[in-house]
Amino acid sequence: MHPMYGKGLRVLSIATVATMSVGLALVFFYAPLEEEQGFLQKIFYVHVPLAIVSLAGFIVGGLFAIAHLRTRDQRWDMRSYVAIHMSLIFGVGTLITGSIWAKGSWGHWWVWDEPTLVSYLIVFLLYVTYQPLRFAIEDPERQARYASVFAITAGAFVPLNFIAVRLSTAYVHPRVLGSTSNLPGPMALTFLVCLAAIALLYTTLCKYELTAKHARAQVRALRRQLSGERERAPERTRTAAPRLTAPHPSVGGGHS
Amino acid sequence: MSASAGATGTAAGATPRGTELQRAANAPRPQVPVLRTVGALMRKELLVELRTLESVPAMSLFSLTTFVVFHFALNRNVVEGDLAAGILWVTLLFAALLGMNRLFVADADQGGFDAFLLAPVDRSAMMLAKALTLLAYLVVFELVAVPAFGLLLLGPSLGHALPDLIGVLLLGDVGVAAIGTLVGAIAVRTRARDLLGPLLALPLFVPLVIGGARASSPLFGGGHAGAPAARWLLTMGLYDLVFGLIAYALFEFLLED
Repeated sequence: MHPMYGKGLRVLSIATVATMSVGLALVFFYAPLEEEQGFLQKIFYVHVPLAIVSLAGFIVGGLFAIAHLRTRDQRWDMRSYVAIHMSLIFGVGTLITGSIWAKGSWGHWWVWDEPTLVSYLIVFLLYVTYQPLRFAIEDPERQARYASVFAITAGAFVPLNFIAVRLSTAYVHPRVLGSTSNLPGPMALTFLVCLAAIALLYTTLCKYELTAKHARAQVRALRRQLSGERERAPERTRTAAPRLTAPHPSVGGGHS
Repeated sequence: MSASAGATGTAAGATPRGTELQRAANAPRPQVPVLRTVGALMRKELLVELRTLESVPAMSLFSLTTFVVFHFALNRNVVEGDLAAGILWVTLLFAALLGMNRLFVADADQGGFDAFLLAPVDRSAMMLAKALTLLAYLVVFELVAVPAFGLLLLGPSLGHALPDLIGVLLLGDVGVAAIGTLVGAIAVRTRARDLLGPLLALPLFVPLVIGGARASSPLFGGGHAGAPAARWLLTMGLYDLVFGLIAYALFEFLLED
């Protein structure tokens, strides 16, 4: 009767593990060593896909937020939340791998003259406020609405910010490793496989989180049913995560 | 104010909430023209500001104090070029945050939002009115802050930089007003309103700082004096356009309860 959120999760997980294994094998055994940086350059195959996937996740979160504001379906808000949440986690990974790479190749943990790095940090700093924003609004319906407004604004901010930061340094530092177009064949192939692997990982983790959130909402609803229809759920504490009122829609935020 | 605007409304204004889409489809728009609503709201805002003198004097004083702080923090008597542009833009943005934080406080605390929602007027009118109000605050405040900057810190004379600088500042102000209005409206209905507003707004302002500071740096002497490069003005213009439209489109979703 209830939609099965776990559907396809197994296939997705297996595909993720397989692609990641192939990707790692390609990174270590197939892709040639880069001339200048040597082995260190391998981190590129993790760092850049993490960055691309998390940025795409931020934008997808904004698209889901548009769907939420159009349909007022709280499941879209949940998707938007999960997409942004997961992108933030991937974002931490991006910044850490980026720092390691910078330390290894330039000798500093952080460099300001790499526009992509800097714009990524700005985007990250913006999205870090997403959870505090949600947490600061108690009414669940308003929380979802405001979070969606934020997600759309921030989603539009991502490309614009990259343009601005890129402009601010583009004429100083020509980029060497800008896109896949100037990568040699084996490297480009490895990169694309790794990108697919990280994208699959992102999708799988998002799906796991969605499934868990929905399962928890259903358990809560069942428990409420068992302990008597009329009783309000006692464990409703304030949270930054969207609240699903799956089978028993409660009266919009009337509890507060 | 809202009540007087509401008096001429039609039955369209009585449509229950949550049917915006239907209302948009049927298109019996509220009868009060948007411009009149904006005008009335702005008149109210400016009147309140004139009577309480809350935001603009605070912003101006804040900028003066910040210039003094910069003088001691940097241990410089005069600044020019990049440094001057940076100080000016950081000060302007922080002062704008003050104005942004106060922009909706009266509406949230004293029922201004409720009264506005009861009126049969287009909800986006409030966004336009608030953004124009913030823009007016910024312009008036800059009339104090920029000459004070020229007097206190700036090495090269302000005079011949002024025509270009006014254009750059206006481009920045429009963007700050659009984002400031949207973020101010979000932040005011959260628990930690004074905390969250700057946190949300500052990263969003970064492209404006980049554009504004780089565009005004050559105006303040520095290594490569001359006119501001067109690409910074374009960046700022693009920012203003995109976020102006976004703020306008999203604002009404903040006003539903």
